This record gives sequence, structure tokens and C-alpha cells, in this order.
Amino acid sequence: MNTSTIPPSAASVDEKDQNKGSVTKPGWFLVSPSVLLLLVWMIVPLGMTIYFSLIRYNLLNPGENEFVGLENFEFFVTDAGFLPGAMNTLLLVGSVLAISVILGVLISALLEASEFLGRGIVRVLLISPFFIMPTVSALIWKNLIFHPVSGILASVWKLFGAQPIDWLANYPMLSIIIIVSWQWLPFAILILMTAMQSLDQEQKEAARLDGAGPIAIFWHLTLPHLARPIAVVVMIETIFLLSVFAEIFTTTNGGPGFASTNLAYLIYNQALLQFDVGMASAGGLIAVVIANIAAIILIRMIGKNLTDKS
Amino acid sequence: MMTLKQSRRLQSVLLGGLSWLIAAVIFFPIFWMVLTSFKTEIDAFATPPQFIFTPTLENYLHIQERSDYFHFAWNSILISFSATILCLLIAVPAAYSMAFFETKRTKSTLLWMLSTKMLPPVGVLMPIYLLAKTFGLLDSRIALIVIYTLINLPIVVWMIYTYFKDIPGEILEASRLDGATTRQEIFRVLIPICKGGLASTALLSLILCWNEAFWSLNLTSSNAAPLTALIASYSSPEGLFWAKLSAVSTLACAPILIFGWISQKQLVRGLSFGAVK
Repeated sequence: MNTSTIPPSAASVDEKDQNKGSVTKPGWFLVSPSVLLLLVWMIVPLGMTIYFSLIRYNLLNPGENEFVGLENFEFFVTDAGFLPGAMNTLLLVGSVLAISVILGVLISALLEASEFLGRGIVRVLLISPFFIMPTVSALIWKNLIFHPVSGILASVWKLFGAQPIDWLANYPMLSIIIIVSWQWLPFAILILMTAMQSLDQEQKEAARLDGAGPIAIFWHLTLPHLARPIAVVVMIETIFLLSVFAEIFTTTNGGPGFASTNLAYLIYNQALLQFDVGMASAGGLIAVVIANIAAIILIRMIGKNLTDKS
Repeated sequence: MMTLKQSRRLQSVLLGGLSWLIAAVIFFPIFWMVLTSFKTEIDAFATPPQFIFTPTLENYLHIQERSDYFHFAWNSILISFSATILCLLIAVPAAYSMAFFETKRTKSTLLWMLSTKMLPPVGVLMPIYLLAKTFGLLDSRIALIVIYTLINLPIVVWMIYTYFKDIPGEILEASRLDGATTRQEIFRVLIPICKGGLASTALLSLILCWNEAFWSLNLTSSNAAPLTALIASYSSPEGLFWAKLSAVSTLACAPILIFGWISQKQLVRGLSFGAVK
């Protein structure tokens, strides 16, 4: 608390030396609480997960905790839910990323393309879903939009003389992708629109005077400018999409069968419904490994971008 | 000349119309939720859906007795604000020293913090659940406050770091020459300059805590359950409570939605870890 004080008299002369001497001290003293807490938060639970994953541990049969090696992993990977769970996780992450990045770029470009009445309001409307809590958006979609009797889509279908669809029962994964995209597309719009506003207008004007059409400007000027913001959107969304949980929990419960189960839901199912701590931990570690592969790739890609500014 | 101007105007009207259409489609579920919350349960279930009806406040008046709304709302408020304050208290000193006393390890420390966000919560669900159980913290607010503080810490440190980075070092040097201690430097110089930045950081943390739905669903049941859990409890009884569900949802989302609207520009910086300003 009291380091880094420089006596006022001596300050001007050896200020530089003094600074150099005291630079690291207050620095590490003040950073350490954050680092320490995060380190504990990461290592203790992860260590426990690794330990649990190697023993037999079911809350329903306490006391039988012998070492079983990789048996839990074997059981988890050969579980009927594992393959669909892994596929659904990838499908969910991949399609929501594609939808939010592509539509996000197009919609923000559309908004930036011209001045029109109420652009501020349009902007606010577009980003709103991002602030709705996941359980609310899941239930609103389930009961007010997708519902086969009174949902809004059912009446639209009827309007055209078609038989209404029971979305969550017949297309569970598609429905969940729609709900999750509805939440994350606004995030992409928010980030990309802000990034576009920082694009140098003079550069754009110069290109226009040189005879570049709007599409050429978009392709050669706007898109390259958006590389970093898009990378940011991909990274942040991947973090959250890999562990989508509430949306599945409140709508389909992973069903029918394993049709809309992702790894997060599968592990929850294993852990808190079947009380198999060992197997759930093995599953958790597999999820961690998958997330880390994604993280390493992404941090390599944009880690430099994130800190190279100032 | 005229035709060019006219075609420009036409283009602007068309693009504007298209933008409004897209915005209307994306916003529709929220609009519909708010509208439904003012219907009677019979109107809410009516087919075809009713856009014109006699509005009623009945749902809002009955929320409290049906589901003890204030108990859950109070939990949400208490947990979100405590976690946010705690998080800021830990993050400000860290961001201060990383922004103004940069060492070789600063950048890797920042990236490492970011990487802790990559740990999927399911990976540590079992240990946290069992730890909470062992210490009698299942269904307690303390457990959620601690967890929320830790999961938001990296984002908060990053965000404050980028705000501090914008402050010229000379201002701090000047105060140091005047004999300010580290504590004075932070409280008398930095925090007043960065009031706006810190406020939007706090807002972001509040939004993330308020909407968090993995730990709140898995670690609480009734006592400490926040609004996310209350809403989720409406998913099981497949009854005709949609008007009430909409009313509860509207109340649960309104404050955060308004926070979000107010601070949308500043939030970008925090959500993009400072990469987009």
C-alpha cells in the first residue's frame, strides 16, 4: 500500500532510477490478488476434476472410490449420448457463428450504407435480444413463437393454409440454433457496427471519387477493416456457445432422445441427475480439452491483435 | 443531376425500409412478450394471436402472490451488485499496475486471464458443486457471489486496463512528484478521471451477473435462487400461464434492457476486450 512513494525533494534528479527500482514492486503486489484468485479458481476445481475422473465415484454408492484409470473416459466416450452430444455441440457453435458473422456483417453494412429516419431506434431494436436473460428468451420462443397451437409461427403457417409445425419436437436442434442465434446475432451487430463507424470516412470518400462502387468499397475497404472485430466476435461467441446450457435446459431437456443434447447438457445429466461424479468429470475434462483446442487456435489468431494497440 | 439525386433518395428510402423490417423481425419476440404480459390468460392463448385487446394489469398484480417475485428479484439484485463491487475492488489495482507499470510479463498475464474464460463451466461443475455442498453453500448467495466475481474478473480487468491505458502517464507522474502515494494516486487521480469507464464496466458486470444461467440453475434451488431460476421454473408446468410468464419475464428483463440501451457504445469495448472502441 505504501510503496512507490518518491520523496518530493529527490524526485527530479533520480526520478528515472527510482521508477525503475520501484516499478515491479507495486505492480506485482497489486496484480497478485487477481492472479492468485484466478489461479486458485482454475487449478483447484480442475485438479479435483482430474482426480474424480480417475476414480469410481457415484454419489449413490458412497465409499467405493477405488482407482479405475481411464475407465470413466471409456464409459463416457462410448455412452450413447456422447457422439450426438459432440456433434450437436459442433453444429451449434458452427452454425450460430456462421449466422451471426455473415448476417452481422450484412446488417451492419446495411445500416451504415445510408442515413434514414430512425436509425438510432433501429440500432437499439437490433441489439436488444442480447440483453435478455437466456431462460427468458428460451421460454418466450418456446411458448409464444414455436408453440404448435398458439405460437405466432403456427398462425403464420395457418395463414398460408399449411399444417403448423411442432418446432421443438420435430426440429429440436434447428429450433435451438434459431433461439441461440437470436441472442448472439445482436452481439455481432453491436461489435461490427461500432467497428464500422471507426472506419475512416475520408478513405471511403476518396475511393468513391476514384470511381469505386459500393460493393467494391465494401469488399476492399470495409471487410479488411472488420478482420479484427470479426475475430473478436468469433472468439467471444465460441467461449459462450461451447457451453450453451439454459436454452436446452428450459426448452427440450436435450430431447427427444439425444437430438438436442450438447456436451454441456450431457455432463449435467450425468452429474446431477445420475449422480455419477466420475463419469461427469471425465466428460468435463473432454469438454475442457475441446475448448482449449479452440482457445489455442483463436488466441494464436488474435492474441497479438488484442494487445498490440495502446 | 436530378435523376442522380432522386435515385440516391430512393436508394436511401429502400435501404432504410429494409433496415426497419429486419429490426422489426428481430425485436418481435420482445415486443410480443411485453404485449402478452398485458393480456388476460385467455387472450394470450387465443388463436389467431390478438394484436388488439383490452389491456389488463392483472398479471403484474398477481405476480407476487403466484411466485414470490420479490424474493427472487432481491436475490438477483444482491448477488449482482455484490459480485460487481467485489470484482471492481480486485480488478482496479490489478489494472492500475498493469497499465502503468508494464513489465515483460504483463501481456502474457492479460492473455492468461482471458484464457481462464475458455474453461467451460461444465468442466468444473462437479468439484464446485461438491465444494459448495461440503461447505454448506449449496443454495446460498455467497457461493454465487464468489463464482460470479471470479468468472467476470478477466473481462473487468481487461476493460479497466484499456480505460487506464488511455490516460497519459504524465498526469500520474505529476501527482507522484507531488508526493501522492499509490492509494492516493488511484483514489484521487485515476478513479475521478475514469468515472465513466468504471461505470460502464460495472454496468457490463451487472448485466453478465444478472443474466448468468449455468451456475444459478445448478447451484441454487429456492433460498438463493435469482430471477433466471424463477423463470426456468415456469418451463415445467405446461399450463396456461403465458400472460403471467410474460409479465414476470418483462419485469426481469426491463432493467437490464434499459441499462444495455444506455451503455451500448461503451459496452462494445468491454465485450471485445478493448479491441474495438
